[in-house]
Amino acid sequence: MKKVLAFVLAAALLLGCAAMLSGCAGEEKTTLYVYNWGQYISEGEDDSLDVIAAFEEKYPNIQVKYSTFDSNESMYSKLSSGGITVDVIFPSDYMVARMIQENMLQELNFDNIPNFQGVDSSFKNMDFDPENQYSVPYTWGTVGIIYNSKYVDEADVTGWELLWNEKYQDKILMFDNSRDAFGIAQYLLGIDVNTTDLAQLQACADKLAQQKPVLQAYVMDQVFASMENEEAYIAPYYAGDYLMMADSNPDLKFFFPQDQGFNVFVDAMCIPTCAQEKEAAELFINFLCDPEISGRNMDYLGYSTPISAAKEFMDPELAANEYAYPSEETLKNASSFAYLPEEVSRQMESLFMQVRNG
Amino acid sequence: MRKNNSVLLSTPYIVWMVVFTLIPLGVVGYYALTDPATGEFSLRNLRELGMYLPVLWQSVAYSLVSAFICLLLGYPVAYYIAHTSEVAQKFLYMLVMLPMCMSFLLRTLAWVGLLQDTGLINQLLGLVGIGPLRLIRTPGAVVLGMVYNYLPYMILPLYSTIVKIDGRLIEAAEDLGCNGLQVFSRVVLPLSAPGILSGITMVFVPAVSTFYISQKLGGTDTILIGDVIERQFKQGNNPNLGAALSLVLMLLVFVCTGIMNRFGEGGDSKGGVIV
Amino acid sequence: MKKANRILTALIFVFLYIPMAVLIIASFNTGKNLSHFDGFTLRQYVRLFQDDSLLRLLGNSLVLSVLASFIATVFGTVASVGIHSLNPRMRKLAMTLTDIPMTNPDIVTGISLSLLFVFVGSKMLGRRDSLTFWTLLIAHITFNLPYVILNVMPKLAQQDAALRDAAMDLGCTPLQSFFKVTLYEIMPGIVSGAIMAFTMSLDDFVISYFVSGMDFVPLPVEIYSYTKKPIAPKVYAMFTLLFLLIFLLMVTMNLMQLRSERKKVKGRAL
Repeated sequence: MKKVLAFVLAAALLLGCAAMLSGCAGEEKTTLYVYNWGQYISEGEDDSLDVIAAFEEKYPNIQVKYSTFDSNESMYSKLSSGGITVDVIFPSDYMVARMIQENMLQELNFDNIPNFQGVDSSFKNMDFDPENQYSVPYTWGTVGIIYNSKYVDEADVTGWELLWNEKYQDKILMFDNSRDAFGIAQYLLGIDVNTTDLAQLQACADKLAQQKPVLQAYVMDQVFASMENEEAYIAPYYAGDYLMMADSNPDLKFFFPQDQGFNVFVDAMCIPTCAQEKEAAELFINFLCDPEISGRNMDYLGYSTPISAAKEFMDPELAANEYAYPSEETLKNASSFAYLPEEVSRQMESLFMQVRNG
Repeated sequence: MRKNNSVLLSTPYIVWMVVFTLIPLGVVGYYALTDPATGEFSLRNLRELGMYLPVLWQSVAYSLVSAFICLLLGYPVAYYIAHTSEVAQKFLYMLVMLPMCMSFLLRTLAWVGLLQDTGLINQLLGLVGIGPLRLIRTPGAVVLGMVYNYLPYMILPLYSTIVKIDGRLIEAAEDLGCNGLQVFSRVVLPLSAPGILSGITMVFVPAVSTFYISQKLGGTDTILIGDVIERQFKQGNNPNLGAALSLVLMLLVFVCTGIMNRFGEGGDSKGGVIV
Repeated sequence: MKKANRILTALIFVFLYIPMAVLIIASFNTGKNLSHFDGFTLRQYVRLFQDDSLLRLLGNSLVLSVLASFIATVFGTVASVGIHSLNPRMRKLAMTLTDIPMTNPDIVTGISLSLLFVFVGSKMLGRRDSLTFWTLLIAHITFNLPYVILNVMPKLAQQDAALRDAAMDLGCTPLQSFFKVTLYEIMPGIVSGAIMAFTMSLDDFVISYFVSGMDFVPLPVEIYSYTKKPIAPKVYAMFTLLFLLIFLLMVTMNLMQLRSERKKVKGRAL
């Protein structure tokens, strides 16, 4: 009996170590801790570029330790609690603003980030970082309506009200995230997306409550499977992800509610105050802003690059895509989420939970 | 002398558990009673709890139903396993255990693939001209997800009590003129009561706090307390409210398991039968 | 009656294994969809073996669960012997303490432990990264311990005190009598406790999520963070391999156990 146990333990440990060995190489190197969204960088699958490997090749004395998070808020809580030390993080726009407010980010030394010059001027000095001291944009994208042209009548595709259309009862998906869900209601009702007025938020909550009976589900990443399988016909989601879905189901179409307005998001790269290797972190950020790297990285991700020069290194079809890179005209009413005071965002979440529970 | 030595052996454990379970719970209590914005003492989180009571009842209802179904399905299986040959017992026991090792997230996603309107079951039904039936996003789907995930927790304790029942007792009952049903209801069932109780507890407790299952298999109306707590930490950014909700959930679980243990008085010193 | 029972049992096993079958089939699918099989391919396995980081995370998971369940098993067995000889009131107290992590929702355990670790690490020890491999290990040991104890305690209660007394009468020291008699009798409880602990560790993601740092991340935590994109099919390939591995491990263990028991029976017959 003891032998049995010993055997199993030994076998499992050996296997574990064997699998771990691939990544163990401990010399005297600078270790750079990078904390990004899950599956949010090109990793070399199917001949795409392995960004991290390319960086380590270029800077052989820096070793990247890469980990992932699942939402802005969980990244925030892990950092603010002081549990971990990281050098580069990838928060979204409104989270950048919040972290600046709370002194959680370091000012960047742009001398070490010469590639920042290549960033399009429309992505510099954005609302969430007005003097552009703390952040460098990594990707950007838009939120629009994805619909299946096989089932949805083009005449109904007029704006956000499509998500309330009873004709498609039980075939409509909605964001399971208060800020994005409220954003849609705000565009529909013509309310500023960064409003702090409680009466206006209540109006949005009422509108969302009306929507609940026609919805199939509140989802996030389940959108991919549901839309590709034709389980659902209509969903609000990110244009970059739409391109991926359209690859597997060509009936899927994308619509910008141009007149009502829609959300433009930016995911940025920042260095938190706890960072140990600021210079290496800046080298890393600079590397990701290299037009060729950014282009090939976005080729894999499907999101849009804020660096025009990067388009040369991308699949030309993607670079010319009207959904990935909408025209100025399309973007005229688009807006991005700014910082909301804690009290307001808490209120918003609470209202959203009432909608969901009610 | 010997007795004292043995008693000492439990000290490190008790210290460990106090440090790593009781003290952290104190921290949760502290969070529940502080204001998220100011960090000062406040009852605000407790006041907000009222809003979530319906969710709490819903979770309790779902998990009780699941525990009951697990019992109905698990009992015959445990009984069957307990009455096969020793080799088969070992093998079947292993087969019950194996699913518990595999990723809970992926297995739940697999159910989505099976149950959805365009999923595998509906494709099969379509071949014989039925459907598509509405399987997913129903309360039934959530219960199915729970039963699927926690059924092994029911079978294992049931098996280990049933297997210990002395065969001579059954023979004696038969000799005294009991028919099959009477033997079962008067001998086997009462003797497996400790296993039933611990099985119900083992299913109910994780089911009542579960999340993800309801997000993937439930409709717009099914939101469970585990989901709400998870949101407070992951999206809602209100860990204090999350802590308050956790405290309520914990109390509820303690009350429920307390009531169940009351039913099963007598087996206290054995400290619950799991396997 | 017996036949009906047999059919029902078979159906339940089908029920338990259907989702596994879906995932295993999906690992050979050219498409990435779980409910449509587009064609057979081994490409997902190639992709899996090209992805060092995913394999490393799997290795992390295995090492963590083996270590945590091993430590918890030794620690828990010793503690059970201790608890067993406590007076009834203290024993009840100790068992209540054991019930707490069992009845606590995972998310509460995870959050509360991470709050504790961060408080001790950054406030008291002044460390910059208080969440490390060690905190992860401590958390896993903590939630594994009750499984070991709840499996070992009933066996201790059932053991025959006369046997141990006989061993002592024959000149064994208490320690010897423990290793020669008691340990032997409670071994089934220890083994099932160890297996349960290993199982719980391997698939835990909620607690790990809150207490893991940057240096050591177990696999389920990574899979949980795939929110920006749908799950890559190579993950199904990994699931399949892990399934096979655990299956073989369990079968081997069963066979070896059977063999050693046969030997024992033979020994007695002689």
